[in-house]
Amino acid sequence: MRRSLGKWIILFLFLSILVFLGTSDLTMPGQDEHVNGIADKYAQEVGAGEREPYINTDRGDLLLFVFALGGATAGFIIGYNWRDIFGKPSAPSKYQIVKSSH
Amino acid sequence: MHIAEGMLPATYAIGYSVVASGFVAAGIKSLSNKSKEIPMIKQLTGVMTAAIFLVSLLPIPVPITGTCSHPGGTPLGAILLGPWITALISMVALLFQALFFAHGGLTTLGANTLTMGVFGGLFGWILFWGMRRLKMNLFWAGFVAGTIGDITIYLGTSTQLALAIHGSHPIGEVFWFIFGAFLPTQAPLAVIEGLFTGFVLKYIAEHRPDILVMLRVLPKSALEVGQELHATAEGVN
Repeated sequence: MRRSLGKWIILFLFLSILVFLGTSDLTMPGQDEHVNGIADKYAQEVGAGEREPYINTDRGDLLLFVFALGGATAGFIIGYNWRDIFGKPSAPSKYQIVKSSH
Repeated sequence: MHIAEGMLPATYAIGYSVVASGFVAAGIKSLSNKSKEIPMIKQLTGVMTAAIFLVSLLPIPVPITGTCSHPGGTPLGAILLGPWITALISMVALLFQALFFAHGGLTTLGANTLTMGVFGGLFGWILFWGMRRLKMNLFWAGFVAGTIGDITIYLGTSTQLALAIHGSHPIGEVFWFIFGAFLPTQAPLAVIEGLFTGFVLKYIAEHRPDILVMLRVLPKSALEVGQELHATAEGVN
């Protein structure tokens, strides 16, 4: 009961944060882009600087497509193997009895 | 952190790639050796590669700063598979991201592999075993390794960039400018990465402790004591 309530509270907090972010004025840029932007000023001075990737998938919804596809593929690989590896408890799975000693 | 394509002058891009390729080669050798001893190492390596690919591409919003960033996942990889294999799988994950996800770059692949795969993994691994020597339990040792390992990735990136692009500016000034830009967003995410690392280790220890023994994360005695208590609990003895 307590665990179930905890899950609902976490879900509520998660959705609340999403609603807050979605209705605020925050632009939520990626930190990598932000720092690359700062570093680019220095890089220009030494003859380097950010340029387009060789294969640029950052075009409209194409990036959304590859992110969704990549996430789904990685998730499938993890889920498939996770079930195989961790789904079956091993015989001495009473580690929790001794976990306090480790 | 993904240093963007073209950001590094050619000499530094090549230099970082040469150093990173040494660690990647060590990873190939380590994986080859371990696959002879540990039957499921390839399966676990596949899971960790997919996990590192996923978490290092996952933009997590940090409402306090109004920006998004991602964890590294490499401290956990290094604890489970060792730091050398982690360097190898980070390179694979970063290669896919550079090729198809407009994240990082081919000319900066060596630099990004060094920071995420080597600095994050190696320091996470050293910290984990340091904490274990100090008798810290599995969760907290994982937490310290994950948190500080994550910050180490960004210390590494700031150092790499400062060395390569400082030009006429003092290296220290460029380093602190870049690291200072990382820290407000990355510090809360480092704590999340620490918690994630600790919880995954705790989960495996509770569900499949034999895997941690097999990977030499836990001593064999952990399993033997567990078996004895299991038998006692079931009334066999």
